[in-house]
Amino acid sequence: MRWSAILKRLALIPPTLLGVGAIVFVLLRVVPGDPIAMMIPPGASPADIARLRALYGLDQPLLAQFVTWLGQVASGDFGRSISLRQQVFELVGARLPATLELAALAVALALMMGVAVAVVGSLLRGSRLEWLLDTANGFFLAIPDFLWALILLLGFGVLLPLLPISGRLDPQLAVAFRTHFYLIESLLTLRFDVAADLLRHMLLPSLALALPFAALVARLLKAQLAEAEDQDYAQIAHTRGFSRTTILQREVFPNALIPTVALSGVQVTLLLGGTVLVERIFSYEGIGNMAIDAVINRDFPLIQGLILTFAVLFIALNLAVDLLVAVLDPRLRHG
Amino acid sequence: MADLILSGPISAPASRWRSALARGGARLWIGGVLVALLLLIALFAPVIAPHDPAEQDLMSAQLPPAFMRGGEAAFPLGTDSLGRCVLSRLMYSARTAVSVALIASLLAAIIGIALGLVAGAFGGVPDQSVSRLIDVWMAFPPVLLSIVLAAVIGAGLVSVIAAIVVVDWTRFARIIRAETQAQLARDYAAAARVLGLTRAQALRLEILPNLVPLIVTLLAVEMGIAILVEVILSFVGISVTGDTASWGGMITEGRQIVYQAPWIMALPILAVIISVIGFNLLGDGLRAALDPVQRR
Repeated sequence: MRWSAILKRLALIPPTLLGVGAIVFVLLRVVPGDPIAMMIPPGASPADIARLRALYGLDQPLLAQFVTWLGQVASGDFGRSISLRQQVFELVGARLPATLELAALAVALALMMGVAVAVVGSLLRGSRLEWLLDTANGFFLAIPDFLWALILLLGFGVLLPLLPISGRLDPQLAVAFRTHFYLIESLLTLRFDVAADLLRHMLLPSLALALPFAALVARLLKAQLAEAEDQDYAQIAHTRGFSRTTILQREVFPNALIPTVALSGVQVTLLLGGTVLVERIFSYEGIGNMAIDAVINRDFPLIQGLILTFAVLFIALNLAVDLLVAVLDPRLRHG
Repeated sequence: MADLILSGPISAPASRWRSALARGGARLWIGGVLVALLLLIALFAPVIAPHDPAEQDLMSAQLPPAFMRGGEAAFPLGTDSLGRCVLSRLMYSARTAVSVALIASLLAAIIGIALGLVAGAFGGVPDQSVSRLIDVWMAFPPVLLSIVLAAVIGAGLVSVIAAIVVVDWTRFARIIRAETQAQLARDYAAAARVLGLTRAQALRLEILPNLVPLIVTLLAVEMGIAILVEVILSFVGISVTGDTASWGGMITEGRQIVYQAPWIMALPILAVIISVIGFNLLGDGLRAALDPVQRR
């Protein structure tokens, strides 16, 4: 049952991506601003402009442009960025790891904080402190990541300057990297000073992304823990004399985890979407920041490439969550 | 005792309201007060603002709030880098925020509810097309989509509203679709069909009224989101332009001089936070107050 649903989801991916591609393509072509106008030097002749338009295929009819673009994308060619004059594929490939590392750190932070708050909340069940914790949690949930980014920037960048508020790595640390996964690479090559500096730069933006997500995980997990604790198996374990901590650990937690993963997993895409603004606010060199520049510069090929990248990530994440739930849930293991 | 018996049937509607309000609890009250405050400030900004929001006074630029050292009583919350009164700009920005929130969320709601109802009630091809459309929409990063949209349409209030409507109709459509399906599966919907109501009549007379609590809740939440989107678009530089005051614009301006005058960025952030918390609490409170399931 569940597995066939996943297969069906797989089959829907190509049309979804095609839809995303078509919408972005059409949207960008009705933009009033002309990308060529932004790259020509003043005093270029109309012939030069026409030549440039032809070079980027902008003189073709819309449908022809779309078909050409689709054919290229299918063969792995995402075109050349107009503003940066490099292959879109290479540009995105160089920036994507920065975003993935940031998002991964944010998810890890959020899970740690969220699980901790949920467990503490469950132990405090029925007390006045629980009410306080729930209220604070609601506050953290209501404020979105980019506002947290501004608050953290103001707090720990300006008023109490503890952490760097811009960039990915201190430029004075002139280090050469083989890959674009700086954090993973510096950890693997045991350059811990570099890793520490990377982490210092990532801490505020990832915290901004993590706080609302942690609050969500905490709320969902706490509700699930409460529900699981009322179930027969937990009551029976209680009657058999197991301590509350043991029951929480052995019986309640594993069962509360599955719905929490299912419900919060989808929200990871929101966290990923949040990187666009948070990266912008902290001048972090990931694909989100690059996307805003691309929109401002009317860089069609780059915007298309970046939005498709995000779409693929979103769809892949949703599928991964479904698979994870299927793997975690013993009832579905033999389905 | 007699009093109780007498008041029973007569005051039934009143007590239903009262119990609904009680279920809403503190969230409903606090959220309602915050939102009412926001609406009042937006409505009466020209009356209560101490200055014209566009009035520049370069001689008294970047003044700190009156309660800080160096502040002046004429500018209770200080001035920005052009010497404009921050308090007045905050108040006029509330107008921008409320206009965007009201118009954008109503339009998003109308489109989303219409599509969600049709998809949920009729199934088949309509459902398939709406669901696929939602799938495509969900594959976009919402922030990026609204930025691209606003860039396409050009800066201005209309562009901000359009960006919110085009991105956020799915919030309504998804939930209304699911809820319509759930309601149609209930006995009362089947009874309506047995009574001879057409599908459209049953939708209008039976299903839609039962969706109202959900819609009200979604609207409150969406208004908070709309205020945030305006801030986002301002931050990227494609929201309202020129002299129109907006919290997002103030935050963006404040960001540039955050080291010299941090309060210029901090105050509009605070205004946004209070509004968003207000709408969230109101939404939560309304959900608790109106949802019959939560009566247990």
